[in-house]
Amino acid sequence: MTGDPAAEGSGAGGRPPRGPRPDGPRGGSAARAAVPRTGRPGPLWAVPGLLYFAFFAALPMVLVAYLSLTEWGGLGTPRFVGMENWSRLTADPLMRKAVGLSLLLTVLSWAVQTPISLLLGVWAAGRQRSRAVLSAIFFLPLLLSSAAIALIWRALLDPNFGPLAWLGPRLGLGSVDVLGGTNSAFLVIVFVSAWQFIPLHMLLYQGGARQIPPSLYQAAEIDGAGRLLAFWHITLPQLRHTVTTSSVLMVVGSLTYFDTVLIMTGGGPGTSTTIVPFLMYRAGFESWELGYASTIAFTLVLVATVVSLLMVRFTGFGNMRSTREGM
Amino acid sequence: MSVHTAERPTSQQRPGGRRPAALRWRAGRQRPNVLGWLGALVWLAIVGVPLYALLVATVQRSENYTAEGPLTPPSDPTLDNYVKAVENGVLGFVLNTAVVTVAVVAIVLVLAAMTGFAVVRSRTRWTSGVFRLFLLGLAIPSQAVIIPVYLIILELGLYDTLTAIVLPTAAFALPVCVLILVGSMRDISEELYEAMALDGAGSVRTFLQLVVPLSRSGLSTIGVYAALQAWNGFLFPLILTQSMESRVITMGLYEFQGEYRVDVPGLLTAVVLATVPLFIVYLFARRSLVQGMMGVGGK
Repeated sequence: MTGDPAAEGSGAGGRPPRGPRPDGPRGGSAARAAVPRTGRPGPLWAVPGLLYFAFFAALPMVLVAYLSLTEWGGLGTPRFVGMENWSRLTADPLMRKAVGLSLLLTVLSWAVQTPISLLLGVWAAGRQRSRAVLSAIFFLPLLLSSAAIALIWRALLDPNFGPLAWLGPRLGLGSVDVLGGTNSAFLVIVFVSAWQFIPLHMLLYQGGARQIPPSLYQAAEIDGAGRLLAFWHITLPQLRHTVTTSSVLMVVGSLTYFDTVLIMTGGGPGTSTTIVPFLMYRAGFESWELGYASTIAFTLVLVATVVSLLMVRFTGFGNMRSTREGM
Repeated sequence: MSVHTAERPTSQQRPGGRRPAALRWRAGRQRPNVLGWLGALVWLAIVGVPLYALLVATVQRSENYTAEGPLTPPSDPTLDNYVKAVENGVLGFVLNTAVVTVAVVAIVLVLAAMTGFAVVRSRTRWTSGVFRLFLLGLAIPSQAVIIPVYLIILELGLYDTLTAIVLPTAAFALPVCVLILVGSMRDISEELYEAMALDGAGSVRTFLQLVVPLSRSGLSTIGVYAALQAWNGFLFPLILTQSMESRVITMGLYEFQGEYRVDVPGLLTAVVLATVPLFIVYLFARRSLVQGMMGVGGK
């Protein structure tokens, strides 16, 4: 597999379909003279990956826009119906409620997960052995699939068989059915998503905190700044890119949170945990209105694209700038 | 602002010193970070107690599960649940998942390595455009495009096969992997490339003899990352497969949940069996795993 495009692309730099400067390195003629050109891969090396990605990830983004204008029951060909789905969407009370719940979930998740993962991540960045041992345990939830996590918490919160059923009467609460209450079920979703994702964000903050140069803290110490001041004036500003990245991941993650809802609450009780991705799943793969479901999905694509554009813009992913930029 | 600073329960590990007598603590010594440890121990309980309850439940007889309480060690531990889970076909699901995982990792390694090489070394606008497209792909959630993916898989005639899971799973793991790999390939020094070129090596030889060996750590990172995605994937198997023959472990768990509503220990045993392989990876390749995770946002 590595062979063919490589052979075509070797030496002369290959010929991309539409590249404005097919074979010149950016450095100009001076750089070109200094660096031998043999061994530089042609752009064709990127073609297999690009085509593959385009076919299974980029093409669907375009298709979902088209499908949102059709009616399709899963068999046969989708039938074009124009803006019908879109007017239905704007009038759908379920969608309105789902958008509200999704936004609430996003805001709550961010508010719960960011401070906890920031503080624990910075703490875990310490080089002591004890901290390393604890962080190794902290990251264990990352190994579990969301299906597994949802099942574990369902079992733990079961009103009849779980620890909660055992604990409830002993605390004088009687039987506690947190998944049966409209508000409590939603809060359970917030909690379980925090349990699942805080380890990931903790990891991001740990990595970010380890890149902060110790000299900054030494300088602060000489100035007589304590831990809190140093945290506020050094750690937080230095972690700003990490905060952005982690927040974007949290936002996209919460907007598309799905597996846990399906397994733990099934969108209920009633529609109290029917967030947008779940509504899409129900419309698409339970009611088999795939056209309408695509309309819901397309709103997700739009939001995700906007968020990812902002991410590339503000975090400097594109040019790999360092977090310490400007120091 | 003051509220914010006041409630920080933790602090840095690095020389920070306490405010009143910072200079006295300067030689790298500082008072123990009590609040930090307190917070960490609370989180340890939040993570540890459910995992402990999970493990304890799997060695308990179903009939004892409710009677004995979840946190007391079982008086009569048994491995019956594991035997039962194996009899119920968990190993078949694990095997399917392993096939999917190996295929996903292979696709991702080959495609990401080639793409990364092109992005790092072939400095045309076209390849940096390719890179930007992958970056955009980072935040495209699979949920949002699952319906067209379903359509594509139907059209390809792959519905209800393991291939149907493999293809989109690998595609959605690619952006992160290209990003991580580009980061690690950029560390290969220019002199080495020049030496290869002076040696008369073409791009294929440069790739195989220089780039691949020197980006081993990046490659193992993305390998582990892709494996994690494939092993724990839920949405693609849920939508794209149906029958017992193409059931992966996450779907197995989901189906078990319906069948074993009352047999909680049996269900949780399947959860543990589903996680054991990843736990082994975690034990032996923790560095790659952790770096893969950090690569998502660390760079």
